[in-house]
Amino acid sequence: MTQDLVNLDHISVRLGGRQILSDVSLAINPAEFTGLIGPNGAGKTTLLRVILGLQQTTEGTVTRHATVGYVPQKLLIEPDMPLRVKDVVALGIDGQRLGFHLPSKQRRDRVDAMLEAVGAQAYKDARVGELSGGEQQRVMIAHALISKPKLLLLDEPLANLDISSAHSIVSLLAKLSKSEQIAILLSAHDMNPLLPVMDRIVYVAGGQVAVGTPDEVVQSDVLTRLYGQPVEVIRVRDRVLVVADA
Amino acid sequence: MHDIFAAGFFSSEPVHTALLVGAVIAITSAVVGVFTVTRGQSFAGHSLADISVTGGSGAILVGLNQFWGYLAFGAGVAAFMELIGIQRKRGRDVATGVVLGAALGLSALFLYLDTESSSTTGATVTVMFGAIWEITSSTVPALIVSAVLALFTVLALARPLLLSSLSPDIAAARGVPVRLIGAAFLMVLAISVALSAVIIGAILSTALLIGPAAAALRISKGPIKAMVTAAAIGTAATWLGILLSYDSHSWPPANSGGWPVSFFVVALVVLAYLATYISGWRRPAAQEAEQHSCSPA
Repeated sequence: MTQDLVNLDHISVRLGGRQILSDVSLAINPAEFTGLIGPNGAGKTTLLRVILGLQQTTEGTVTRHATVGYVPQKLLIEPDMPLRVKDVVALGIDGQRLGFHLPSKQRRDRVDAMLEAVGAQAYKDARVGELSGGEQQRVMIAHALISKPKLLLLDEPLANLDISSAHSIVSLLAKLSKSEQIAILLSAHDMNPLLPVMDRIVYVAGGQVAVGTPDEVVQSDVLTRLYGQPVEVIRVRDRVLVVADA
Repeated sequence: MHDIFAAGFFSSEPVHTALLVGAVIAITSAVVGVFTVTRGQSFAGHSLADISVTGGSGAILVGLNQFWGYLAFGAGVAAFMELIGIQRKRGRDVATGVVLGAALGLSALFLYLDTESSSTTGATVTVMFGAIWEITSSTVPALIVSAVLALFTVLALARPLLLSSLSPDIAAARGVPVRLIGAAFLMVLAISVALSAVIIGAILSTALLIGPAAAALRISKGPIKAMVTAAAIGTAATWLGILLSYDSHSWPPANSGGWPVSFFVVALVVLAYLATYISGWRRPAAQEAEQHSCSPA
């Protein structure tokens, strides 16, 4: 049996007197594509921060068996920040280390190969602050993946993207997950763009989670229990709508 | 040649000292400045400069070289800023404003006492606008060591600083002690401001910190190029400023001590910054032309 990459065992998080997450347990398996779905303010970002070790838990234990890459929510990068796309990706190799790294052909090739893999070659010399939202996402994915993590966390990478950019980011991630055997945990408030690629879903509402395949979780009775109020799951033209009863 | 370099320029001992110390400080300020602008801490730099006036005037009052006053007050205030979390939270501007006001008020008192207690009236000008001609040979080693230390520290921290400018969360997730690195940078900033206060004055010291960096960031895209360009602009402005100030001994008013170096340095830095705007106007047009020529035949 393969080992979990990350294991959350009955964790709870209180922040400033508010209960953000209560009694959440989940495991992330290798090379799986997991959607972290839920309304805004449900605790998705906090859950990702717990996995990253940026957020202390009030109760429960977090076990990490793998290196984790991270793409945070839309960055606010000024156009005058002196970082070109290739600099940002190179920082992904060893940006945490002290001192400078002298330019070398080996590093350049590694950065080029990564940019090729995410389809960002065309703008590798542009400043990252001058790119569109979708282009920035590709660059940050390259930045996160160049250190070869086994798990990639992405916080709302599809927010603020138009439909076609969102679609191409999702297919890029699905492709990388298969070819590089990387587990992906991606948060989103809309599950629909992810339905074709998700192996599993972690549905967050009211600080609690329901975990399983999309077919198991996205059911009226499961979500009604999670939300603690009557909700209905409606399927229209391959799209899923979660609607609260009036 | 005689017209450009006034007689005695190359044989003058104060000129040698000014050129050496000026270059070392200009390079350090410019490189630190690139990170200051990138981190959005120009205002912190300016606050440190204002506070340095208090430090410098206080040091003269107790008979110390003003550099030690700049350094002590700058470092103290940097530590205070870190403590109240000025780099992380906006809305600390009221506290900052009150502290800066109090510090400058204290400066007014110190400068008054300085001029009263000594026969020289130069304390105010020295502290406010610098005294590159009066650098004593005993402080030269301290200045150079401080500059090299600040430069070395900021270069050593370069990658974690850039990574945390990109995203503090990514940096923290990769094990960078973001807060510690921010505090270390603030100290480097304080040292850098104290150093440029010596040559162009406490209230002008941010000109050498922010100006060359801001100009360089407009014309060079990558981090290393930006640092090298900023250092070149800062050094060029400082050296030219020293030369012009030396030459200005023969300028009006008659029998003057020469125009202040700080005026020339700041003017040249501003000119360099404006020049990048002129080159910036031309760039988008050039890019457009390039794209048109790439269209399929």
